[in-house]
Amino acid sequence: MEINLEDIFQNKIDNEVKIEPRDWMPEKYRKTLIRQISQHAHSEIVGMLPEGNWITRAPNLRRKVALLAKVQDEAGHGLYLYSAAETLGMTRDEMYNELHTGKAKYSSIFNYPTLSWADMGAIGWLVDGAAIMNQVPLCRTSYGPYARAMVRVCKEESFHQRQGYEIMMSLCNGTPEQKTMAQDALNRWWWPSIMMFGPNDDNSPNSAQSMKWKIKRFSNDELRQKFIDVTIPQAELLGLTVPDKDLKWNEARGHYDFGIINWDEFNNVVAGNGPCNKQRLKARVDAWNNGEWVRDAANAYAQKRKNRVKSGQQAA
Amino acid sequence: MNKEEITFQYLLHLGDNSLILGQRIAEWCGHGPILEQDIALTNISLDLFGESRNIYQYAAQLKGDNHTEDSLAFLRDVLEFKNVLLVEQPNIDWAYTICRQFFFDTFHFYLQHELLKSKDERIVEIANKAIKESAYHLKWSSEWMIRLGDGTEISHQKIQNAVNDLWEFTGELFIPSEIETLAYQSGIGADLNNIKQLWHEKVKAILDEATIQIPTNDFFQKGGKNGIHSEHLGFVLAEMQYLQRVHPGAEW
Ligand SMILES: [Fe+2]
Ligand SMILES: [Fe+2]
Repeated sequence: MEINLEDIFQNKIDNEVKIEPRDWMPEKYRKTLIRQISQHAHSEIVGMLPEGNWITRAPNLRRKVALLAKVQDEAGHGLYLYSAAETLGMTRDEMYNELHTGKAKYSSIFNYPTLSWADMGAIGWLVDGAAIMNQVPLCRTSYGPYARAMVRVCKEESFHQRQGYEIMMSLCNGTPEQKTMAQDALNRWWWPSIMMFGPNDDNSPNSAQSMKWKIKRFSNDELRQKFIDVTIPQAELLGLTVPDKDLKWNEARGHYDFGIINWDEFNNVVAGNGPCNKQRLKARVDAWNNGEWVRDAANAYAQKRKNRVKSGQQAA
Repeated sequence: MNKEEITFQYLLHLGDNSLILGQRIAEWCGHGPILEQDIALTNISLDLFGESRNIYQYAAQLKGDNHTEDSLAFLRDVLEFKNVLLVEQPNIDWAYTICRQFFFDTFHFYLQHELLKSKDERIVEIANKAIKESAYHLKWSSEWMIRLGDGTEISHQKIQNAVNDLWEFTGELFIPSEIETLAYQSGIGADLNNIKQLWHEKVKAILDEATIQIPTNDFFQKGGKNGIHSEHLGFVLAEMQYLQRVHPGAEW
């Protein structure tokens, strides 16, 4: 009887058995995962920049420490995810290279500028909030190392989301200027956050295969709807207006209806024409290039130590 | 000057050093040369902010008049800041950042040990908390000094330059201000003379291992402890305090 590796593989997936690094897997599954996990890792690292922009300007010491710790968490997420992607046979340096040469993408949301302190609130609340919607199902994704990385990531993301919402709450309970700041931040971050779930389902070419492999468990539109449904009451509680005139509760569907998404804008930002694409990439490339002599020094020193230990052993 | 005022002013010396250095190294977050080291440096920044908050909270309590940790950090101007010149120097690159950190960490570590002898219980408590952190900071920056000094020719040159340039800011650490002298005499503050010797021994040991020459110039810049700073501090504060200045009295 002939045993088909692909059948065994799909069987495991259907039975919710995790795929591990040494298991056989279709080449396309491996490639899809490397692409997705490395893009996710890049998003964490590039995602440090818009919020990093406000660390030195945070309005008080408590907020400063919380923001700094949050941005540091994102660095940690990047680390877990690069490690998970490395188990599929691509090194971190190779992944960096793809980011720096523009071959690999990262989440487009980070190509928008942070213009006021309220953006720290809006990002935590909406961007981390949308990330959680996307990521909680990934805790059960079929590839073991990815799923385990996501369990750690998700715990911290929900903390970030609460922290962001709390910043919004303080602003909305504050002076008229602060409330204006909060509304302005919501106006600018709402639609980009909605776009974080990706193209509509009928326009999402890779989704079906990813669902079959249980890399993905919900469609883009399902997740987007879920996000909108939980976020609207939160905005109402803040006393802020979501910038969508078509937004209304649909009793029959049991969901909010919402306006048409500006996919031209989305595609433009993905194509590199967002307000901060160039600055974000430049910041990463500069950090890498300026750090080269540091990494060289660390490697050279480690090598010298190894040699000294070796020659010490030979002498003994 | 009464004892409370001496303690208050002395706390500003301590807290301002940690706050300004924490602020400086926070500028690195997201831009470090190695992801793991970005995280490590941010940890140090978080520790320093944490320590400065403990110090300012105590200082605010002593001062009364609605002072808070934030009024002390965000509503004082350059002339009222008591930090040493070393900590406000710009990051420039990884070598300068490491060197500034190492010089400060060595001082900070021995300072905490001295402060454990303080007659002021709160100061002992704060030092006791910070001492484990400063031991880790010193280990981290010492290792980097050695790695850069004994790494490649380029890294050796860069760290040697940083040592040469920052050396003139190290003397101030041990030249007591009037407040530090009063604080020491009343049993609250540290004996900087004790720390000076330990500092020089430690720095020499690490620089030797790193194959870095110790500068021979013995002219030292000073002034920070009395509020006479370099031009850099005004910009650090302008950035840090801007929201509090634009929105007076707002809650965040
Ligand atoms: Fe994250
Ligand atoms: Fe996050």
